[in-house]
Amino acid sequence: MGALSIRNVHKRFGDTQILKGIDIEIDPGEFLILVGPSGCGKSTLLAMIAGLDEPSSGSIHIGERDVTHALPKDRDIAMVFQSYALYPSMTVAQNIAFALEMRKVPRAQRDEAVARVAKMLQIEHLLARKPAALSGGQRQRVAMGRALARDPKLFLFDEPLSNLDAKLRVEMRAEIKQLHQRTRTTTVYVTHDQVEAMTLGDRIAVMKDGVVQQFGTPDDIYDRPATRFVAEFIGSPAMNLIEGHATAESILAHGVELALPRSLRGAALPGQAVAFGLRPEAITLGAVGQAGHPLPGEIALLEPTGPETYVTLDTAVGKLVARLPGRIAQKLGQRVTLGWETTQVHLFDAASGNRLEAPQGT
Amino acid sequence: MKPLHRLLIHGLLGAFALFFLTPLYVMVVTSLKDMDELRSGTSGLLSLPASITLAPWLKAWSQACTGTDCRGLQPYFVNSVVMVVPAVLISTAMGAINGYVLTQWRFRGSDFMFSLMLFGVFMPLQVVLLPMSQVLGWFGLADSIVGLVIVHVLVGLASTTLFFRNYYIGIPAELIKAAMLDGAGFWRIFVRIVLPLSTPIFVVTLIWQFTAIWNDFLFGVVFSGADAKPITVGLNNLANTSSSVKEYNVDMAAALIAALPTLVVYVVAGKYFVRGLTAGAVKG
Repeated sequence: MGALSIRNVHKRFGDTQILKGIDIEIDPGEFLILVGPSGCGKSTLLAMIAGLDEPSSGSIHIGERDVTHALPKDRDIAMVFQSYALYPSMTVAQNIAFALEMRKVPRAQRDEAVARVAKMLQIEHLLARKPAALSGGQRQRVAMGRALARDPKLFLFDEPLSNLDAKLRVEMRAEIKQLHQRTRTTTVYVTHDQVEAMTLGDRIAVMKDGVVQQFGTPDDIYDRPATRFVAEFIGSPAMNLIEGHATAESILAHGVELALPRSLRGAALPGQAVAFGLRPEAITLGAVGQAGHPLPGEIALLEPTGPETYVTLDTAVGKLVARLPGRIAQKLGQRVTLGWETTQVHLFDAASGNRLEAPQGT
Repeated sequence: MKPLHRLLIHGLLGAFALFFLTPLYVMVVTSLKDMDELRSGTSGLLSLPASITLAPWLKAWSQACTGTDCRGLQPYFVNSVVMVVPAVLISTAMGAINGYVLTQWRFRGSDFMFSLMLFGVFMPLQVVLLPMSQVLGWFGLADSIVGLVIVHVLVGLASTTLFFRNYYIGIPAELIKAAMLDGAGFWRIFVRIVLPLSTPIFVVTLIWQFTAIWNDFLFGVVFSGADAKPITVGLNNLANTSSSVKEYNVDMAAALIAALPTLVVYVVAGKYFVRGLTAGAVKG
């Protein structure tokens, strides 16, 4: 049995369905990411794991125990909130020790736990201060310390980095990952940031409108997105999607024939409306007439980031974005041709948004 | 700001302060003059006493007659203290708990309940006089200080709840959730997390309730028996007891004695009062 399993959880508020049957199970020590746009139900799901909300139906298990209706304090979990929720009238040390105090842990042991956590998070010099005297990053650390002090079964994070500036966010992200690698506490982390999702997660559940669109490893999700939504949501710049109709060996879009790799032949029925997906980094640019570059285009925008250049191209099938390493020689307005790695083509059904794959064995 | 503007504003404020303080000044100087000086006509309303005497104060405190009882204001003052202290503490404590529940432990119908309680703030108090005296009678509490305390607690609950509710709405819900996850329950969260953040609103509510209950005349006159009358009723009786001479100096001293506690409270805690009224959400 997993460290956490969520079984067919539904949530309704009046007539509104917030969660429509969530099934997730993770192993001990895993780092689970719940990611999706706002309103997808990820925070509601986290609140149910924490015991701050109850599902309308379905059950939640932590370890062997059914905790669906258990009180938050009886679940042996710790949570880091978006606003940190540090107790303003207590010092940092008192904040960290509060949960232990509530559980009647003797003084000496509490002090020991505070010292251990403070050392781990390098906040020893802040222990006597009140939260109001701390910077954003320091508050974040204290909030994590408060959760760590107890050595809980389950660690919950609710968008913990969204109140920090960009530089600090990257730093804290790395720290959270290191912390998890050290403690190996099973973790559930809610975010709307796909970079956090990809960098931190052992497994990711991508949610939309109360449904898990895909549950898998970051590689799975990036390399084989289960739906068009996942394909567009994960990855920056987003995947290029070209609408068209399937023929036996290609996709016909705006009068242009886009050949399908052998592996995708038979994935769509002839005439079926589909979306042909290409990650920006799968695209290469060539000179006009160059072999293996079937699609002509014109450079509409150049966005150098330093290590890479994002190129927006006007083509017969619409605007496409390419992500090329380093600087590029081509100039704005120049006519070029586009080629791509055929193994990196994705195909989605236009109606359902589901990923299309060739039947096995063909 | 230009010096002229500053002068104008300060001048205006000074004039207003003088205007409002004049009655108090008249009361103080009159209470320190003896009756001969008051009658002589040589002394104007605003003039300082020719010789200061504390006799009117002593008389008002312990000798003046109300009806046939000549023990001064002292017993009424004691009654008021005995009534005000529990009434203020209980109504404030209950308001704090109400506010805590109505903001952080909402239940089905809690908003409706709050709007009903708000109604109590605006309800004319005369409306409750008859039913209240009937109910107090049933419980055998009519004409007693305990009964008066209960009346003040019930009537004050609407405002104290409103004060605390509006203050606690600024406490982030995540703070309470964090404490729940940490293992604290309803009372622990209240005592350890919420109360330490509540000093400003406690000051406001305590002052508000103290002033309202100390100054109350209506309930005092209606619900208190012969031995339970508060100071406002005592002052009224003292000033209206007819005797051959009207002792203005004693009346003034008596009025000052009755007003002194609220004056002291404002002078001591006034700045916290303003600060508390304007205090917004709790900073994290």
